[in-house]
Amino acid sequence: MTSLRRRLFALLLLATGVIWLSATAWIYVGSRSELEHVLDTRLQEAARMVHSLVSSGNMATAAAAPEFEEAGYARQLSCQIWSFDGRLLARSSGAPLESLAEEGEGFADHEVKGEIWRVYTIVDAHKGVRVAVGDRIGLRDRLVRDLVAGLIWPAVLIVPLLGILLWLSLGRGLGPLNAAAREIAARDGEDMQPIDSRNTPTEIRPLLAALNGLFEKVEAARRHERDITAFAAHELRTPLAGLKTQAQVALTAPNGPTRNAALQQIVVSVDRTTRLTRQLLALAKLEAMPERVQPSKVDTSGVLRDVIAACVTPAGIEVEIAPELEGLLLPGDVDTLHLVLRNLHENAVEHARSCVSWSILPGGYGIVVEDDGPGLPDEELPLITKRFYRGRHKSLSGSGLGLTIAEMASGRLGATLAFCSRADASGLRAVVRWKQ
Amino acid sequence: MRILVVEDDPILSNGLKVGLGFDGSVVDSVAACADAHVALATARFDAVVLDIMLPDGSGLDVLRDMRDRGDTTPVILLTALDDTPDRVRGLDTGADDYLGKPFDLDELAARLRAVARRNEGRAAPVLRAAGIALDPAGLTVTASGETVSLSRREFAVLSALMERPGVIRSRSDLEDRLYGWQEEIESNAVEVHIHNLRAKLGRTAIETIRGLGYRLRTST
Repeated sequence: MTSLRRRLFALLLLATGVIWLSATAWIYVGSRSELEHVLDTRLQEAARMVHSLVSSGNMATAAAAPEFEEAGYARQLSCQIWSFDGRLLARSSGAPLESLAEEGEGFADHEVKGEIWRVYTIVDAHKGVRVAVGDRIGLRDRLVRDLVAGLIWPAVLIVPLLGILLWLSLGRGLGPLNAAAREIAARDGEDMQPIDSRNTPTEIRPLLAALNGLFEKVEAARRHERDITAFAAHELRTPLAGLKTQAQVALTAPNGPTRNAALQQIVVSVDRTTRLTRQLLALAKLEAMPERVQPSKVDTSGVLRDVIAACVTPAGIEVEIAPELEGLLLPGDVDTLHLVLRNLHENAVEHARSCVSWSILPGGYGIVVEDDGPGLPDEELPLITKRFYRGRHKSLSGSGLGLTIAEMASGRLGATLAFCSRADASGLRAVVRWKQ
Repeated sequence: MRILVVEDDPILSNGLKVGLGFDGSVVDSVAACADAHVALATARFDAVVLDIMLPDGSGLDVLRDMRDRGDTTPVILLTALDDTPDRVRGLDTGADDYLGKPFDLDELAARLRAVARRNEGRAAPVLRAAGIALDPAGLTVTASGETVSLSRREFAVLSALMERPGVIRSRSDLEDRLYGWQEEIESNAVEVHIHNLRAKLGRTAIETIRGLGYRLRTST
């Protein structure tokens, strides 16, 4: 059953029905025993009364009154007085002619003409009579049945009314849930505002809180996506705008030097765009590459020497390699390690003032590169591996992708890349650490 | 025109400086929001070309700040984000125009002339006063029906005087229109250009108001 309302309705109705039936059964059993007790006491008293009349001696042998049957509970009690020799001395009207009396004194059930009677007998040996007072068990049963029926019939009539009331109140009780559902259903795909849960019942608040949490996550993911798209658009279209503007400057330049300067700028811009394209392709390749444990080991110093040889080091910047790096073997493949080292090296060279130094972590489980550039404020450190993020000190040739690539490639090697500010001087320290 | 370019890409910034300079404009360029705030607080510009994504924040914040201060300098937004909602947001923040990257240099120059014109309360593209007609787009000047050939700087000085005919422009005012921040001001450059303009347009075209500056003579 998928409807909460129907489910609750059925449960409530079932519970009400069970309670009602149990109550009825209880009343039935309880009333029955109480009734037995009361009626038995009445039989006993009636028998004593009749006996006291007999013992006082003023008893005439009354002729039996004409028999007539009456409906209802009239003539419940029948009384007979028998002599010890078996003559019926007297009987009440409506009492059977057959003997109800027992040999002994006390209560007994007695069958007469197919009917069971409850009889109380008093034996008076002195007078030589037996006094028997009885009533029909059937009548007692009817009494209890009527009592219970008196309870059940109104209940049966009330059940539909109760059902309607339950159904309506459930609808009302589940109103806030429906209201929340309507509010969510009425939203368009853009609306990620949290649902207002201040006026909702405490029971559905966790549900709304969970939904709001989900909205927040979806919104954050979307904002992230939008940011990346915006950064990408900016990083890709700005160089194009620069190229076009410089080309137009070159076309309309009134003299040779202006034209040459513009053409020179175009060459620089094309170099930068080429690098950006290369970085984008590297990133796409890394994204497609599965993350796996690297079984082979690479000579890190060899790869680093290749990287440094391929990178144009500007005049005035010195690259130092610690002697411990020589022959250092680290897990990975040459291409991915090359990507990591190249992007870290290019970043360091771009920002360094005079020196870039490569060293190893104690134990040889990682490599460190430090530059002596302006460094970064601590709050910017977690952002520098984000796609297209370029800090305050952005360089001309940077693409905003280098450190993203370095981090992703480190992950593919099973290593982690971390950045921190240098403790001893200004500058950035990057650490690639392999698991031990 | 004196234009402030707020753009962090050095190649584009350089292209704008050189390209917009061809028609006599003086371009100052900054690369970050903080520098833009300083520039706008210290100098008067005829127009601002503003990139939205800057290294230290959003150009929209610079724009909002300008408009909050009551700065009415025309602003053209220059950005990689040129979807309709982005344009709408930019214009509603207080921009006068919007150009998506990459753009056409001539179009940017024309739009700059258009927003500057509106800011001065003119609709006609050609400036006319004292029998002189100056076309900022075509870089041509005609006086008494004859075409006059002017240098780029002479043209800039004449434009400044013709934008508000009869209003006195001080020497430093005119120097602002001739030189950007990085350029060294030649000590008597304004006097030299005024002298040349008088020679080409007639002795009486420009009045010297001693101690105050220069103005275009309108009652001839």
